[in-house]
Amino acid sequence: MARGRIRARLRRGHLYTFSCLRPSATEEGPHSIEGPGYSRIVHCNQPLMHKRRPLKYRSNYISTTKYNFATFLPKALYEQFHRVANLYFLGAAIVSVSPLSPFSAVSMIAPLAFVVGLSMAKEALEDWRRFMQDMKVNTRKVKVHKEEGLFGNKQWQQVQVGDVVKVEKDQFFPADLLLLSSSYEDGICYVETMNLDGETNLKVKRALEVTLPFDEDEAFKNFTGIIKCEDPNPNLYTFIGNFEYDHQVYALDPSQILLRDSKLRNTAFIYGIVIFTGHDSKVMQNATKSPSKRSRIERKMDYIIYVLFSVLLVISLVSSVGFAVRTKFYMPDWWYLQPQNTDDYYNPKKPVVSGVAHLVTALMLYGYLIPISLYVSIEVVKVLQASFINQDIQMYDEETGNPAQARTSNLNEELGQVDTILSDKTGTLTCNQMDFLKCSIAGTAYGVRPSEVELAAAQQMAIDLEDQDAERSTLPRQKGKQQEIELETVVTSKDEKDLKSPIKGFSFEDSRIMKGNWWKEPNVDVIMLSFRILAICHTAVPELNEETGSYTYEAESPDEGAFLVAAREFGFEFFKRTQSSVFIRERYSASGQPIDREFKLLNMLEFTSKRKRMTVIVRDEDGQILLLCKGADSIIFDRLSKNGRLYLEDTTRHLNEYGEAGLRTLALAYRKLEESEYSAWNNEFQKAKTSIGADRETMLEKVAEMMERDLILVGATAVEDKLQKGVPQCIDKLAQAGLKIWVLTGDKMETAINIGYSCSLLRQGMKQICITAISSDAKEVVKENILMQITNASQMIKLEKDPHAAFALIIEGKTLAYVLEDDMKQQFLGLAVDCASVICCRVSPKQKALVTRLVKEGTGKTTLAIGDGANDVGMIQEADIGVGISGVEGMQAVMASDFSVAQFRFLERLLVVHGHWCYKRIAQMVCYFFYKNIAFGLTLFYFEAFTGFSGQSVYDDWYMLLFNVVLTSLPVISLGVFEQDVSSEVCLQFPALYQQGPRNLFFDWYRILGWMGNGLYSSLIIFFLNIIIFYDQAFCAGGQTADMAALGTAMFTCIIWALNCQIALTMSHFTWIQHLLIWGSIVTWYLFLLVYGMVSPTISGNAYQILVEALAPAPIYWSATLLVTVACNLPYMAHISFQRCFHPLDHHIIQEIKYYRKDVEDDRMWCRERSKARQKTKIGFTARVDAKIRQLRGKLQRKQTSLETLSPITPSQCS
Amino acid sequence: MTDTDRVRHRDTKTAFYLFTQQKLPACKPVLTPAWVITIFLFTGFIFIPLGLVTLRASRSVIEIVERYDTECVPEPFRIDKVSYIQDDSIPKNCSLFLKVHKYMKAPIYIYYQLDNYYQNHRRYVKSRSDQQLLNGQKYQATSSCQPVEFNNARPIVPCGLIAWSLFNDTFTFIRERAELKVNRKNIAWKSDRDHKFGKNVYPSNFQNGTLIGGGKLNPRIPLSDQEDLIVWMRTSALPSFRKLYGRIEEDLDADDVVLVQLMNNYNTYSFGGKKKLVLSTSSWLGGKNDFFGLACVFVGSSSLILAIVFMLLHLKFQR
Repeated sequence: MARGRIRARLRRGHLYTFSCLRPSATEEGPHSIEGPGYSRIVHCNQPLMHKRRPLKYRSNYISTTKYNFATFLPKALYEQFHRVANLYFLGAAIVSVSPLSPFSAVSMIAPLAFVVGLSMAKEALEDWRRFMQDMKVNTRKVKVHKEEGLFGNKQWQQVQVGDVVKVEKDQFFPADLLLLSSSYEDGICYVETMNLDGETNLKVKRALEVTLPFDEDEAFKNFTGIIKCEDPNPNLYTFIGNFEYDHQVYALDPSQILLRDSKLRNTAFIYGIVIFTGHDSKVMQNATKSPSKRSRIERKMDYIIYVLFSVLLVISLVSSVGFAVRTKFYMPDWWYLQPQNTDDYYNPKKPVVSGVAHLVTALMLYGYLIPISLYVSIEVVKVLQASFINQDIQMYDEETGNPAQARTSNLNEELGQVDTILSDKTGTLTCNQMDFLKCSIAGTAYGVRPSEVELAAAQQMAIDLEDQDAERSTLPRQKGKQQEIELETVVTSKDEKDLKSPIKGFSFEDSRIMKGNWWKEPNVDVIMLSFRILAICHTAVPELNEETGSYTYEAESPDEGAFLVAAREFGFEFFKRTQSSVFIRERYSASGQPIDREFKLLNMLEFTSKRKRMTVIVRDEDGQILLLCKGADSIIFDRLSKNGRLYLEDTTRHLNEYGEAGLRTLALAYRKLEESEYSAWNNEFQKAKTSIGADRETMLEKVAEMMERDLILVGATAVEDKLQKGVPQCIDKLAQAGLKIWVLTGDKMETAINIGYSCSLLRQGMKQICITAISSDAKEVVKENILMQITNASQMIKLEKDPHAAFALIIEGKTLAYVLEDDMKQQFLGLAVDCASVICCRVSPKQKALVTRLVKEGTGKTTLAIGDGANDVGMIQEADIGVGISGVEGMQAVMASDFSVAQFRFLERLLVVHGHWCYKRIAQMVCYFFYKNIAFGLTLFYFEAFTGFSGQSVYDDWYMLLFNVVLTSLPVISLGVFEQDVSSEVCLQFPALYQQGPRNLFFDWYRILGWMGNGLYSSLIIFFLNIIIFYDQAFCAGGQTADMAALGTAMFTCIIWALNCQIALTMSHFTWIQHLLIWGSIVTWYLFLLVYGMVSPTISGNAYQILVEALAPAPIYWSATLLVTVACNLPYMAHISFQRCFHPLDHHIIQEIKYYRKDVEDDRMWCRERSKARQKTKIGFTARVDAKIRQLRGKLQRKQTSLETLSPITPSQCS
Repeated sequence: MTDTDRVRHRDTKTAFYLFTQQKLPACKPVLTPAWVITIFLFTGFIFIPLGLVTLRASRSVIEIVERYDTECVPEPFRIDKVSYIQDDSIPKNCSLFLKVHKYMKAPIYIYYQLDNYYQNHRRYVKSRSDQQLLNGQKYQATSSCQPVEFNNARPIVPCGLIAWSLFNDTFTFIRERAELKVNRKNIAWKSDRDHKFGKNVYPSNFQNGTLIGGGKLNPRIPLSDQEDLIVWMRTSALPSFRKLYGRIEEDLDADDVVLVQLMNNYNTYSFGGKKKLVLSTSSWLGGKNDFFGLACVFVGSSSLILAIVFMLLHLKFQR
């Protein structure tokens, strides 16, 4: 009950913002505040009272860090050992200090410590950044009342509950405050809540009347009071509390509360009392952790790890059984082992115990099958990839200075696998910047500049004409090229156009009424009046731009801003607003001098979505009372007087034209009022306003209705919701890349369809399927009807024979509510998937998230949601990848997103270039990782068979230690960071290459198992070739035979060579970095061997001087390395050459063309490949063109057939 | 050109800019058919000659292998060889005749070969102390040597199972009643002698316990000169291995008959291990190693075949 009342009050407070009479604030009694949830007591101006419990509340210090100094170690370690692989290695490290370990403890612990340490260092660094950010906020300064009416600066973190603070213009509020007074007499202030809800318009807050006197520093000398209110909660739009002052109790509501992180605007200063501090504040209570997302590849990687674990377990079991058998039956005979003197680990009498103990040993020994450094390498790689994304200059928006940002590095490769894009419209596809483009005044249409839709249509027609010519004269192949050119020119010409309109929100061009020329037009009065309506009928606040001396406007909606800018440009500059007046500077007056006019504001009836109109009643300088109204055409037309319909016919025609051009329209009207008429009405109105009760709202509406009639139409306006730069081209490319694009918008259906046309999601000839709910009370009936529509539509699609037919699904939020229920959503999804484009209009944020979840879970494909506002947060968090537009609206979407880009068009590069690269890089990297560890780990296992499964490793402990950490990790990281199958330009030219990601060509089980098989083969070759070569014969001229150290070292050398050559074969892009890392790794191995051979033999053991003395002088060592390396890589080499030559993938062909420089020499081939490489798509600009061509061809053919029937001798032509 | 443009223009040339934009100059090799065929041909032409050369070297090595573990047990004891070898009272000398088939040029390397002997068993491999070998009794922490660490509460030098099980068959070679000169020096790696086995470390308390393993060491010779031990201490990788015993520094002619007088002391009978005596010359490649040459020829010819297959396929399916 209380809540409903408050909401009502809120709205009222909003509605009468600028009305001359303040609604009496305390018409209702204080809230009854009792019981749980309402325990907070604030002693105003007495922060000392809050030093002790129970009134000691949380400080204003905020911390968003994950860890602090004490908890970092345990928490971060827990995070690290959460991963099953790390846990395994931890177990291994613990066991490694016991005699069970096949290796020295250090060789188990060091890599683990390195790997975990690196990951933890990364965590610490990220947390440190968060900490620094917190500190920046915590140390912001604010003026706080110290004593005796003196204010001094204090850091935010020291602000306490009960403090009186003074916040100045454009400062953020340090905590949740109760507004006491402001620089305005009536205690109002303007607040920008962009950081809270993403809305850019200003909101009005108003102080209680009783606190208005406290509007200077001195006044707080002896001020005290008590606030009793609700406990901290995350609800941004409610507040319940009472203010006790001077033995009186006043009720508080949200309009007196200033929330932390919002900003004071247009107000010189305010005074406020701190109520909620730090984490108690509403915005902090609201902070939700975004869900942690993992990429598909990473999830699959877990399965591979499990597979490897199973392999590990199996071979460990095999070897422990083997060991037990050997120990029991053979070892008693091996006198050289002193079997009678053994402990349990080698006790022939207890083979089971020994076997079990050996299982532990074996699990550790073969642990090299599990790549310990995989996770950390992937993390390193992803951070580097993310920094490449952040640094990409081609995703840097020069206007806003925002680069693209990978906010989490977890999902880079997921960018390469996106199947469906769910996009918000306003602010994402469109700028949410309205441009005043056309108007119709007194039945004359003004404004010559075409809208984007018109432009697109014109271009389309131009192309069609050319096509027809082409059809007649030239070969079809050349036509393809012409289209390319056409597309390019479209892009460039549009860019040029954009440069020509420097005034934001104003793209109007018509010399007839610009620069004061409207004086020369007929109907000057009407023109002047309509400009005055634009300049007066609004709720905006002007702001003087000190630098340019011109005014900018803080308007509630961008439309209104566009009107004001338009009025300014026409010479009616709105420059000042007081409580009761609006001031207009008219530049072109009869006298030729600018005149400032004051319009006394009598009443204001605000715009609501229900009323769809806004009215002001003003008294001009001559005392004439005018009612000025703007609103939706249908609403205004219903309220016209008989003699006000003079321009109705023409205006209606213009409005229809504007609608077709994809513009937003409003009609303008006025009415002259007699003094008596007005005062009679005003009495009525005031009565309604001061009335109390539930029907107050309806009464007010009724009274307003009484006045808003008998209007005289003067004209209409058309503003364009501008598409963002490059959006149609981007959508075209994304469609060519095979991505599906869904638009989810809160806008109404017509607007959404218009935008759909202008960005080529819809086109003529596309069959539109509109699913609508019939208005019926019975839910069952409605649902049945919708289901029928869906089945009919699906049937229609199924029966469609034309392979080029495209369908578009358009559905409204109301219908969606039914469709999203469990029993119908599968049918809906089935239909939607068959349609080329899907547009959902009038959807709520919740529905956006639900649709996203439906697509994600229903299709099982990767979804990407892109949006800019607070209403997209749910969708962004729900999707596999959330992308936020870091544009004009607030940061809410960006904060919740995984990636942020400044404009929609950067999505193309983010997906098609970075996504494609990252997917391939990570996929290849992971595959290679498994390959290398299998190739290495299995050699250990084979060797076991020759040591009686005793758990001896053939390699020195140090080799093993270095293997994962140094010798093979850097090349694979370079693969993950720098690999490029094709350059970024080619990626963009061949969007179809992107399909390799969604089709998962590089990380399917076939490929993974192939790599594993390759690893198995390599391990066999490496092991057995070496074993046989170094078996029993002398390996050098000096007659010495190879001992274990020599064999192990030779084998390890082969492994290093084979693995690094393998990665070199895998790569297709070598910069000096790759060369350095790959060949450097091999050199490092020899260097290490050299250095290791030089340290004291008590450390290096049998590896002492092994390279210098034993191996290097032996030719067979070098030639065996060569032989094994080549033998390992020969089959892979044959495989890739075969595949490339006879079953090439797309990128192979392109690489080859590039290699032969065919793109330079043979334009025709290059073009053919490009058009061939396009994904068959049904949406986007290119699809439009294709459809047109088909249509023309059809016509041509029909013509021919009719010709043929006329003259059967004509030879048939093939097209 | 505005200032920012100019800055950017300059930036585009710096390596760091190219790095961040992932546009560093790169070589992008593409496996075109020409390259593929070239590479395979090249591999073939490298490996076939290499294989042939090494095969030739391997074939030039003359090798005589004589198994003696059974022959050297007198007929009556052959039923229970283990008790024979463990019985110290029975003399263990034995004679073998080796016939030289081809001229063998000095130096001729003498190896003993043991089969089915797990010198690579983990328990065995770990049972040594490099510190003690270098520093002698000064070094106390020899727990790795277990179970051959102490005897009568005194440390054993050299400790550990490996040393304890030292091979102790001995061989003398006689040709036409003259003893062949056998050089038993320099059979171990020089670095082992110089830096790994102490020059002032003498065997002590070695093979003094109740359990006698293999050979004994002369306590008056420092470890660095006990080359048999040094060779033995280099544990083999596989359960079947050869170790260098010495060098005959005289040529052997074809049809020479060499009488080998050996002391068959070492017990391989418990676990059924074979013992062989090997005389072998060496080439630049080392010992006889046909496998390596064959493997090279195999790899070389497979890549030649691949090259030919690719060529044919390429000719047939012209793109």
